[in-house]
Amino acid sequence: MFGKLSLEAIPFHDPIVMATLAAVTLGGIALLGAITYLGKRKYLWTEWFTNVDHKRIGVMYIIVALIMLLRGFADAIMMRGQQAVAVGDSMGYLPPHHYDQIFTAHGVIMIFFMAMPFITGLMNLVVPLQIGARDVAFPFLNSLSFWLFAVGVVLLMLSLFVGEFAATGWLAYPPLSGLEGSPGVGVDYYIWALQISGLGTTLSGINFIVTILRMRTKGMNLMKMPVFTWTALITNILIVAAFPVLAGTLALLTVDRYLDMHFFTNDLGGNVMMYVNLIWIWGHPEVYILILPCFGAFSEIIATYSKKPLFGYKAMVYATAAIGVLSFLVWLHHFFTMGAGANVNAFFGIATMIISIPTGVKVFNWLFTMYRGRVEMTTPVLWTIGFMVTFVIGGMTGVLMAIPGVSFVLHNSLFLVAHFHNVIIGGVVFGCIAAMTYWFPKAFGFKLNERLGKYAFWCWFIGFYMTFMPMYLLGLKGMTRRINHIEDPTWQPYLTTAFVGVCLIALGIGFMALQLYVSIRDRKQNLDVTGDPWGGRTLEWAIASPAPFYNFAHDPKVDHLDQHWENKENGTAYARPTHYEDIHMPRNTGAGVIIGLFGLLMCFGLVWHIWWLAIGGFVGMILSFIVRAYDRDVDYYVPAKEVERIDSAHLASIQKAV
Amino acid sequence: MTHAATTLPHGSGAHAGHHDEHHDDGSKTVIGFWIYLMSDLLIFSVLFATFAVLSKATAGGPTGKELFDLSFVLGETMLLLVSSFTFGMAMLNMHAGKKGGVMGWLMVTFLFGLGFIVMEVYEFHHLISIGAGPDRSAYLSAFFTLIGTHGLHVSFGLIWIIVMLDMIRRHGLDGINKRRLSCLSLFWHFLDVVWICVFTFIYLMGAI
Repeated sequence: MFGKLSLEAIPFHDPIVMATLAAVTLGGIALLGAITYLGKRKYLWTEWFTNVDHKRIGVMYIIVALIMLLRGFADAIMMRGQQAVAVGDSMGYLPPHHYDQIFTAHGVIMIFFMAMPFITGLMNLVVPLQIGARDVAFPFLNSLSFWLFAVGVVLLMLSLFVGEFAATGWLAYPPLSGLEGSPGVGVDYYIWALQISGLGTTLSGINFIVTILRMRTKGMNLMKMPVFTWTALITNILIVAAFPVLAGTLALLTVDRYLDMHFFTNDLGGNVMMYVNLIWIWGHPEVYILILPCFGAFSEIIATYSKKPLFGYKAMVYATAAIGVLSFLVWLHHFFTMGAGANVNAFFGIATMIISIPTGVKVFNWLFTMYRGRVEMTTPVLWTIGFMVTFVIGGMTGVLMAIPGVSFVLHNSLFLVAHFHNVIIGGVVFGCIAAMTYWFPKAFGFKLNERLGKYAFWCWFIGFYMTFMPMYLLGLKGMTRRINHIEDPTWQPYLTTAFVGVCLIALGIGFMALQLYVSIRDRKQNLDVTGDPWGGRTLEWAIASPAPFYNFAHDPKVDHLDQHWENKENGTAYARPTHYEDIHMPRNTGAGVIIGLFGLLMCFGLVWHIWWLAIGGFVGMILSFIVRAYDRDVDYYVPAKEVERIDSAHLASIQKAV
Repeated sequence: MTHAATTLPHGSGAHAGHHDEHHDDGSKTVIGFWIYLMSDLLIFSVLFATFAVLSKATAGGPTGKELFDLSFVLGETMLLLVSSFTFGMAMLNMHAGKKGGVMGWLMVTFLFGLGFIVMEVYEFHHLISIGAGPDRSAYLSAFFTLIGTHGLHVSFGLIWIIVMLDMIRRHGLDGINKRRLSCLSLFWHFLDVVWICVFTFIYLMGAI
């Protein structure tokens, strides 16, 4: 009846997990109670869960990303703590099997459920505004993508309390992830969480490509598109080209586990290295999927706060596109040790080094944008400068490891771990936080507290170096990744330093939380009444903050790259339109939530081999999708009068402010 | 298929009074669907690539040469190819505005597609019963997964045809239905193209 599921699946014996479970349950009940008490349940359902507005969906993505940042960081600090104390006679406080799940969960969460939703959220929030569109091309699909992604998050959190998570490392290499190496449900949770959220990601990739290609406002040809939107376009092309490979690869692992097939087994002809190749054919583009939108955000930020057009816009676009192409030609550098031979390794080593050229072009463009600009040292600029310094160091260690001979020595060492944290924290995390600070007023109508933001930055920045510089050294000394107990006591001082560093980052996260709290509390003092708090250059700053649900009262016309800046120079930025028109908008729908719920049941059934539940969930998904297809009342018109009322209020508040 | 993609009808009649450039005239959906098909093609590429890698990994089990009955597969192939033709007839009727013709040809397409699936299920059943199931060797795993994935796609197409028939029965050939038929048509022909590769690379090359 319940497949492999029984009460034993709940880890009662593990105090850490049970304490977390208690905290999550109590927190959940408290949150639910508060929502009910405040009478916000209907508000939450109609204004958020079923809303197809790209801005709301973007905000939901980012909220989930921030929550998952906390979860992933909790894993990180536990690992650092374990390695700092588990030296010599001490075994630390995490038993090996638990420790293995923690480093797996940390990687999976941070890439799939923190970084991915963060950039997807940013693209949702910003791209339609930058191109002067009313929404994305397929608003319902966008909502569905979000809920499919959310199912992945729920599955992952569920694995903590019901059963176990994979203990295989974040890419689940077979044969360890095969049925013999991992007979439990951990890898199954991993597979289905990634499959369903990956489906959401692919769908949103398609959505954004069509949005950017087909919904740009009048006059905005591709070379007048803001650079963030350019990076979003390339990223989404990479998503659509790479995520199917992930889906296919995981599907092969799935049939190995569920139907006793032999793709990646050691016997009957299976080929383990094929998995490693396939997963990195997705995996390397994935890191560019994450970093490119951050490059775009940094470009917007640095141009805005330097009060100058971006230096080398065209070079930036071509560099982005070049990185996009090259990202598919380097996957083998993740496993030079496979032994593909000198020529193959040389090809991939050189291809890897070539990527640093367009990336270098970008760095110089940012520097020249700042050169002779009136740079305002705001929080986003601090993150940007911090990024440039950090990312260049991370890039250099990357080029170092692109030499196959060096890679043989450093493979799977802490040097590698330090390298990719160097580029992902220094690039993606800094980028996401900078972008969040920068576009926050556009979503909520008030600015984030600057002082606390700067505190957060310095804690993150110094904390990062304290944590990962010792890890580079440990890597050179020969310490491998993912070890539960340290045999060599001379490594301990480095690990202790790293632990202090990670505590500093914790302080940084604390300041971010405090910043959010204080900014919301004092929002009246930090209101953005003009809709253009930073002296912005692109279209999203031409409209009110928070952006009205229909975005633009009338379609903006574009004939410059920095159109809003030009309009402000000409004095035409806030001209009152002669008349207003009805605006065509998509209607809200709960179909995404319902399909997501069925998806959750299906995946849970599959994980635990509860076949009736899996089949029921699958059929439910298909049927609810078909029912949705029968719904023809999917759009409506906002009357011109209503548009006029909202727009007039905005124009009046600008006049008052000027 | 560019024909179907470029001669799309304009939006639904429900909002006839409004002229709005943000209203989807169907072309966005068709472009989006094309991109989806390309992403789906990448899944098939993964499966073809793994099949190529594992094509000799029979682990002492039966090879394709011993297993394949080419005349049977040719029958299967012809069913699918003819179904593509009949779908083309349905689309021609759609452009001519003949609702009955569209529904008739869709039903014919459905029957051919169903015949294809039945033959495939029979083939799978036969292989498993003689001990050449997907658990026998990596080669057979790759074979079953590739063919099975294609079969699943065709089955989804069959469900879609049924839903489409009902939608046309209810609403006739309006903008929404024409847009969906165009997508379904792309999907169906796409599966045909993939099958031609399957037939060539797996069956024909496996049999020689």
